[in-house]
Amino acid sequence: MTSLSREDVAHVAKLARLALSDEDLERYTDQLRAVLDHARDLEAFDFESTAPTAHPFAAAAYLREDVVVEGLDRDEVLNQAPAVEDDRFCVPQIIGDAP
Amino acid sequence: MTILDGYEMVVGLEVHTELKTVTKLFCGCANAFGSAPNTNVCPVCLGLPGSLPVLNRGAVELAMAIGTALGCSILPSSFHRKNYFYPDMPKDYQISQYDEPINVGGTLELPDGSTVRIERAHLEEDTGKTTHVGASGRIHGAERSLVDYNRAGVPLVEIVSAPDITSAAQARAYAAELRSILVATGASDGRMEEGSMRVDANVSVRRVGDATLGTRCEIKNLNSLRSLQRAVDHEAERQSELVAAGGRVVQETRHWDEVAGTTVTMRSKEEAYDYRYFPEPDLLPLVPEDPWRDRVAAELPALPAARRTTLLALLGEPTPSQRDQVLSVVELGIDAMVTSAVSSGVDPARALSRVANEVAALNGAETLGVDDVVTVLSMEQAGELSATHAKAVLADLVEHGGDPRELAKRRGFEQLDASSLDATIDEVVASFPDEWTRYCQGDDKLAQFFVGHVMKQTKGQADGKAVIAGLASRRSR
Ligand SMILES: [Zn+2]
Repeated sequence: MTSLSREDVAHVAKLARLALSDEDLERYTDQLRAVLDHARDLEAFDFESTAPTAHPFAAAAYLREDVVVEGLDRDEVLNQAPAVEDDRFCVPQIIGDAP
Repeated sequence: MTILDGYEMVVGLEVHTELKTVTKLFCGCANAFGSAPNTNVCPVCLGLPGSLPVLNRGAVELAMAIGTALGCSILPSSFHRKNYFYPDMPKDYQISQYDEPINVGGTLELPDGSTVRIERAHLEEDTGKTTHVGASGRIHGAERSLVDYNRAGVPLVEIVSAPDITSAAQARAYAAELRSILVATGASDGRMEEGSMRVDANVSVRRVGDATLGTRCEIKNLNSLRSLQRAVDHEAERQSELVAAGGRVVQETRHWDEVAGTTVTMRSKEEAYDYRYFPEPDLLPLVPEDPWRDRVAAELPALPAARRTTLLALLGEPTPSQRDQVLSVVELGIDAMVTSAVSSGVDPARALSRVANEVAALNGAETLGVDDVVTVLSMEQAGELSATHAKAVLADLVEHGGDPRELAKRRGFEQLDASSLDATIDEVVASFPDEWTRYCQGDDKLAQFFVGHVMKQTKGQADGKAVIAGLASRRSR
């Protein structure tokens, strides 16, 4: 497995809409590389006989009954928004289509 | 508008259906279409910090019903976060199922006998609704979007077919049959126009006989079965012409323009999304236990294929046009009107024809009560209503509702029993002896003359066919 590159970090930062300076990029690449290298320690173990695990707990999902629970008051919600129009959240121009 | 000779199309469909639950997938907000904006919201579906998702049992059960109806294996499953930035998702990720979906494998058999394999049918949450404001040509900064989060978090099941579909008509038939199944299981209302069922088509073409698949394009914005069929046809034609001219199909998402009747590119490859799926740490794996799966299977209502078989059996030896009528009443979900009418003694051919023609033509036919339709058809069968009057009462029922017998009475469609009809025919025949003689000598056109007079006398309450039968029997005496 190749080690994490500076370009990988720049790509992930772009996807996460983080503006990183060259200095930041350098520092985070080192830090994230150390994290991934640590995770690579797991390769020392033999997992041939271990089933893939989706979650560390041996428990199944708790299920909620399909019953309405009162939510938030609209005025209270919209008061938190930077901009509101027609009882909707108003957001700046969106570039591109929805995924 | 069709694929070039020597080429064949390969189509797979992705169908998203909103589930008819009472609440959203991960919170207790109401799942209701048409509420005032942002009135069904809470910290979970607004993505406020510290809120946690809790899975809705009702949504899981409907997903299991869909899987069962499609012959899928219902498996232990898990949830992932699909990350992207778009204001329709306040969390900036959508919770979806990724490598461990709840329903895996399955088949859908179409009315023509062909089958389409189902790859998976997984649970995920819907996004909010964005409305874009500001006409093009305005200054850049003036354009903005408004977001309503009532739909954010509404449960969806995405049903992914294998690329087994080979024509636009088959794509339409698949979507129609799937919609009927979704409606039958109670999982969805199947309304494509309202967006509660959304279809995307993956279309590619290849030379007939080629084993490898061509590059595919995904077609979005298909708001009706008709658009789906037209768009697939058009896209296969576009790709086959491109390839035949030595060009190459670029993998991309294309938007169907209903008015222009063409697909147009939406997004270039450079902008391809990288969703960075990772396991949703706030949800434990979903493990439906056997007794639950068994109960869902046992409670599954009759599916469209079985309902068609029932109707065809009632008809005995159906004609080709009756077969089409059976297909259409099941597709419209109004076939129970036919079977119930037949069990109440209405002639099967008459019941099918009335429901497939008169009832289906009414705007809002699916809102009619089965019992009310059966009452009207039974009244017609018993000669209490003429065909024209039966139609009028059905229209009244759709428009105003109410009791069909009351509606008939209010319209003045009094019961015209056989003996009073006989008396009226005798009276009319006696009043026109010359015409009667000519009719008896074989001038059949005069039958309509007598029908007209009987109708006039009975204020339109007589059944035209019964009058003609009465005239014919008098002539042969
Ligand atoms: Zn909510």
